[in-house]
Amino acid sequence: MLYREALNKAIDEAMEIDKSVVILGEDVGRYGGSYRVSEGLFAKYGKERVIDTPIAELSIVGNAIGMAIAGLRPVAEIMTVNFSLLALDQIINHASKFRYMSGGKLAIPLTVRMPGGVSRQLAAQHSESYETIYASIPGLIVFAASNPNYAYHALKKAIFLNDPVIFLEHELLYNEEGEVDFNEDLDPFKAKVVKEGEDITVISYLKMVKDSLKAIEKIEKSLNITCELIDLNSLRPLDMQTIANSIKKTKRAVIVEEDHKSGGYGAEVCARICEELFYELDAPVLRIAGEDVPIPYNRKLELASIPTPDKITAKIISWAKENGV
Amino acid sequence: MNSARVKEFYYLMKLGREFEIRAKEEYMKGNIAGFLHLDIGQEAVSVGSMKAFMKGDVFTHYREHVLAIARGMDPKLVMAELFGKREGVSKGKGGSMHLFEPKLSFYGGDAIVGGHLPIAVGCAYARKIQGENAGVFAIFGDGASNSGAFFESINIAAAWKLPIIFFLENNYYAIGTHISWVSPFVELYNKVKNYMPAVRINGMDVCEVYEEVMRAKNYIENGLGPYFIEAECYRYEGHSMSDSGQYRSKEELEIFKSKDPIENLRKKALKDGLVEESFFKEADRKAQMEVEEAVQFALRASEPEISELYEDLFCKECSNVVS
Ligand SMILES: Cc1ncc(C[n+]2csc(CCOP(=O)(O)OP(=O)(O)O)c2C)c(N)n1
Ligand SMILES: [Mg+2]
Repeated sequence: MLYREALNKAIDEAMEIDKSVVILGEDVGRYGGSYRVSEGLFAKYGKERVIDTPIAELSIVGNAIGMAIAGLRPVAEIMTVNFSLLALDQIINHASKFRYMSGGKLAIPLTVRMPGGVSRQLAAQHSESYETIYASIPGLIVFAASNPNYAYHALKKAIFLNDPVIFLEHELLYNEEGEVDFNEDLDPFKAKVVKEGEDITVISYLKMVKDSLKAIEKIEKSLNITCELIDLNSLRPLDMQTIANSIKKTKRAVIVEEDHKSGGYGAEVCARICEELFYELDAPVLRIAGEDVPIPYNRKLELASIPTPDKITAKIISWAKENGV
Repeated sequence: MNSARVKEFYYLMKLGREFEIRAKEEYMKGNIAGFLHLDIGQEAVSVGSMKAFMKGDVFTHYREHVLAIARGMDPKLVMAELFGKREGVSKGKGGSMHLFEPKLSFYGGDAIVGGHLPIAVGCAYARKIQGENAGVFAIFGDGASNSGAFFESINIAAAWKLPIIFFLENNYYAIGTHISWVSPFVELYNKVKNYMPAVRINGMDVCEVYEEVMRAKNYIENGLGPYFIEAECYRYEGHSMSDSGQYRSKEELEIFKSKDPIENLRKKALKDGLVEESFFKEADRKAQMEVEEAVQFALRASEPEISELYEDLFCKECSNVVS
């Protein structure tokens, strides 16, 4: 099943089970969503529950919060994370704080879906990854779907959680094929060991999981070692237990992320590893991240600004050699 | 309209159309990538407005190739930018949606819908206190007119009587969302009637656009405050390149195509005896040639070096301390 189909199925089933689930966003209805995630839902559930909104991100999220207070379970789609900045006030000053400020009296069962990352030559205003912002906000849950199976299970569970969830997708994953195990009882808060290994722990999320996996194949052949790959799945809360279990075994950690390196999400993961697992480490943590520049349009520069399977391979190999792996 | 004006309008609209048609072809060949928003069908707006508003500052959204060319940007540099080349107006860093040229007082090329409007208002404020009466021209779509940034902008511009023309291109669609689904009325000038003079014009008629922008320009230059123009128009192509356009009917498209701004100007000029047939043939040929030259220039232009990745992030002084 395609990633976008898995997301579609999760929403469809949630809407089927519970009448209070509604979706709203730009082009989500008659158009079917700019990445076709909501295809077919307008015809099936009608315009009251599948709401085509104007281009007004602040209102999309603000309205969704109001709906949530009134007892609905809104799933808001922000066309890309870049535009979610216009809704930041509603997400941060309102959604994330209402339960706490009310002494626990208010619940905000809200899901805000947004795709991000570098797609292909969409230039600086359409290529950002802002997970580091959302993951730094107390009161928010942040899921990051790297594959159809997690996308399906985590989105469906997110919709039925009673707190605000930022649900991150990646623009280059929508047409990714992958198996969905409908019988699985997946815990969306837990990281997943995608591949087991003995010598290096590679930690990643979203599209970089796929790119890291490609790199790992080459690294293992080239260095005659094995790498363990962890897909974080949930960025807030961060599942340190899964990371610790792996690092205690491998003694070495690499973090691969697509966002900018300075203050990027990997900085938090790195800090937690250094704080909690320092004495387990046999080598300094390696961070592979995007460059600290807005994403340029030109393809060559664009590729130079983010990690690619080849760059991940080269960086890990040279780091491994320096550190006697 | 005198014959020289008509000729100028015709040539620029034709140049714009040829440019866009060719950009689409080059996109198919893989020479251009990412988002490419074509202005085909809306050339009268781009040309008529820029020929009337020659002096002040221009702020625009991402569907701006023809507007930039009408403003005086060299088609070669625009095409090179679309190709992502170093010789492009934004050195290949911006692409189709981000054409900037301060020398022409042309400030992008903004791809956050509505995002440029508060910026345009701020510029108008500065021009006012600088005693520059040419003011600001801000162009945006029907979709943008639903954003908070839009409503904040018209309020501030009106409250402070700022020299700014708000120009709304109402082509009825924001990607696949029809304006009637998300606005209480489709005649959008109703939104601002209590704030400033607001008119609705035929955006498929270059002369009408020109004359109305002239009126607006005189109004703001006289310090009377902002002016609002809604131009009804239509984009013949999809929103960007990946849009199949299934949300609208063929009939609707045909209705607007029958009002084609270029064809109608030609017919009218011939009927009125303003311009002779031979001019149009020659203009068509010249426009094609100019676009061909632009493509050849873009093809020959150079790829940026990886070392340029960190260039242009800061001024020289700051670059030395920030790394
Ligand atoms: C803040 C923001 N939200 C959403 C988008 C995605 N988007 C790009 S263009 C567009 C439609 C804009 O329509 P309109 O203003 O009518 O301009 P047109 O494309 O018709 O020229 C949308 C929703 C965006 N770029 N910025
Ligand atoms: Mg529009």
